Amino acid sequence: MAAIIRLQREDFDAAGEAAHWVRGRSDVGAVVTFTGICRSDEGVVAMTLEHYPDMAEVEIARHVDDAERRWPLKGVTVIHRYGRLLPGENIVLVVVAAEHRGAAFAAAEFLMDYLKTNAPFWKKEERAGGAHWVGAKDGDDAAAARWAPASGKREAAE
Amino acid sequence: MKVLYFAWVRERVGKADEIVDPPAEVGTVDELMRWLAARGEEYNHAFEKRQVIRAAIDKVHVKPEAPIRGAREIAFFPPMTGG
Repeated sequence: MAAIIRLQREDFDAAGEAAHWVRGRSDVGAVVTFTGICRSDEGVVAMTLEHYPDMAEVEIARHVDDAERRWPLKGVTVIHRYGRLLPGENIVLVVVAAEHRGAAFAAAEFLMDYLKTNAPFWKKEERAGGAHWVGAKDGDDAAAARWAPASGKREAAE
Repeated sequence: MKVLYFAWVRERVGKADEIVDPPAEVGTVDELMRWLAARGEEYNHAFEKRQVIRAAIDKVHVKPEAPIRGAREIAFFPPMTGG
């Protein structure tokens, strides 16, 4: 299965990336597109994302491979931005194309749960009073933990 | 071996990366953190709560008891907040 994985400063076009998996083919019946966006919590004026470049690509690819072992997929795109972002800006994109919606929804959620805990990015929030590193959330660890290790067999999509 | 630091670990140490040459008795990730902590005030401040710091050897997540022999690069960082 082909996958597109990109780390970049620039914004991305979610609709365009999703369209890529449908263009010129008729075996894709479901495309799920998730966009993570920078919010403005309690006076956050900007957020800077630091990352570990080589590890980020390798780690995201590892999780895409894992998703492909668990569900029958036709294509995956993951784009993660880094650098200084403002509230309202896109941070991360996950697109999953499959024959049916069960696999597309499940794989997209699985990938986002892992991106939240295992992808080497660190967020620093700026407020009027100063900048602080965001702490990892227990809820994110719990969400990632509920995906039992892949048995090597594909889960039923529907 | 090359050691990399990220986020507030990097800020406390004062550098993004460096080459280190620990003695042979430093065998695990945890022992390396203790050895680094002893290098100076800023290192001690960075590694004072080792249980909070995560590590990756050659870009793969590892536990504190993982051996460091043969590692080309080791990264230390707080829990990740991507996505």
